[in-house]
Amino acid sequence: MRRRWTPERRRSLRITTGFAVYYGIFLVFIYGPMIAMFILSFQGPRGGTSFPMRGWSFHWWQKLVEPSTVGDLQGAMGRSIILAIMVMLVTALFSTMLAMAFRKKFRFSGVLFYTILAGLMVPGVLLSLGLATLMRQLGLSPSWYTSAFAVHVVWALPFGFLVMMAVFNRFDSRLEEAARDMGASEWVVFKEVTLPLILPGIVAAGLFGFTLSYDEFARTTLLAGEFNTLPLDINASMTQRIRPTLFALGTASTIFSIFMIGMFLVIYTILYRRSQ
Amino acid sequence: MTDATHQYHSGLIGSQPVPDGDAVSKELIHEEEGFSTLWLIAPASLWLFLFLVVPLASIIVFSFWASTPQGMEPDFSLSNYGEYFYVEGFFDSEASRFVRPSVFVTTLGSTIYYTLLVMLICLIIGYPIAYFLAMRVTAFKWQLALFLLCMVPFWTSYLIRAVAWLPMLGRRGLINQALVNLGILDKPATFLFYSEFGYVVALAQIYVVLAIGPIFFSLSKIPPDIIEAARDMGATPFQIFREIIAPMSLPGVAIGMIFLFVMLMGEFATAVVVYGGKTSTAGTVILNYYGIANYPFAAVNALMLMVAMVVGIIIILRLVDIRKEL
Repeated sequence: MRRRWTPERRRSLRITTGFAVYYGIFLVFIYGPMIAMFILSFQGPRGGTSFPMRGWSFHWWQKLVEPSTVGDLQGAMGRSIILAIMVMLVTALFSTMLAMAFRKKFRFSGVLFYTILAGLMVPGVLLSLGLATLMRQLGLSPSWYTSAFAVHVVWALPFGFLVMMAVFNRFDSRLEEAARDMGASEWVVFKEVTLPLILPGIVAAGLFGFTLSYDEFARTTLLAGEFNTLPLDINASMTQRIRPTLFALGTASTIFSIFMIGMFLVIYTILYRRSQ
Repeated sequence: MTDATHQYHSGLIGSQPVPDGDAVSKELIHEEEGFSTLWLIAPASLWLFLFLVVPLASIIVFSFWASTPQGMEPDFSLSNYGEYFYVEGFFDSEASRFVRPSVFVTTLGSTIYYTLLVMLICLIIGYPIAYFLAMRVTAFKWQLALFLLCMVPFWTSYLIRAVAWLPMLGRRGLINQALVNLGILDKPATFLFYSEFGYVVALAQIYVVLAIGPIFFSLSKIPPDIIEAARDMGATPFQIFREIIAPMSLPGVAIGMIFLFVMLMGEFATAVVVYGGKTSTAGTVILNYYGIANYPFAAVNALMLMVAMVVGIIIILRLVDIRKEL
């Protein structure tokens, strides 16, 4: 690259700087409220939900762990995590299987493709309503590990599926070809050749499954049954007077989400390096 | 990690080593190879049928049923639809206005209004961000990092993100404090939170990432050579944008707008949190009727929402051909 300071280059640098400043403002827009919430969660015991801070304390964080009369926070969090892991596993498995099937032409592949994508397009409140009413009519009662689980997978599957489709789009089939020519069975080809190469993609598909389920509210609202998941619990505490406890809870939940993304990124990077 | 320095990249997630040049085999694998297609698609197809197709189909069926104190019973009645579309004053010469659509139709209308408004705002805010990431950041590593930084909030709870606007926009929030301290206002403004303004701002913040992602992907597919060539031939930056960048990013814009459209049309929680339940969306109406156990009427509302969405998606697809993106 030429490093001469032509007027053109200077101009281009100015434009880039302008965009960078705009990007910075944008970051304030999307992160600012969360940061304010994070700071306010350390309000003193007499402080409220807005600035200024009246002292600093862990008062509201302590309230999170204390057993309380409203809701069952720890239980809700535990259920949300178990549910998210279940959704993660099924999403990763299904999206891999589907994307592998789509490498070949088959009948009704168009119908199946659009049905998968419909999971992304149909609003959560419609699926919740449809399944909840249907189950009611059939005399079944919803619960987070049956009906909510089922609909969460429908929601996460298109994300995972698109990731895996992208992976197979760039996949070099000649590697499998070579293994087949050497007489390897389909299972051996999959286990020894295909799987190690697509594993980073499977992890990414799983990440979508986990995080989408962990934060999902609309698709849980009528389908969780007797016990709340974390987003339902958060929603319930919002309908009462908003106190800094909610900010502590929100901060905890956000930190957990970001921690999970970070962990997935680390695993992804390790697997990606290994697949090279 | 040699491909980190590649000039082009066709995706950030799950990218595989790119075999050089024409060696890339674009062919599908042969019919007799690989696992049996039937077994690969059977479990997921069954799952989608049971938990996506059947629930949606049952909404259509239930919308014709009759509501009873115990719930509902099979029937074929159009009275639910009649109630939904009931137009006040149409046959009534005394009515103040000639036509006044039912509250359900106007709620759907206001849902569409807010959806379009937030879509427009997200496009205006998000496009320059996507352009910056794709065109102005040259190092792939930085591109990836800055893009992920935008995407992180998408993976956190949107309920939390909605309520986090309270310390900013609330009556004693930061914005109000700043405005009063600077002497711009003499008393805190109330229109910021629990208001249309707060609602739109919160929605834009929650969903703007959905616009950035697809636009970013289609912008980064534009070969730099074309822009270089146009510049060499003396095109101004504005011409380059109008003739090359804007048309080539249209499919990404369309995909982003479809994402936003479907998410915003089904939105209901943010309205309660940020707007204080002062407005209804089509989603809250559905849940309210489910709450009072009028299931057929909830189904009619749901169905009308679905029809509005299908029409909207068809319009977007008519405007832009996105098939080459998929």
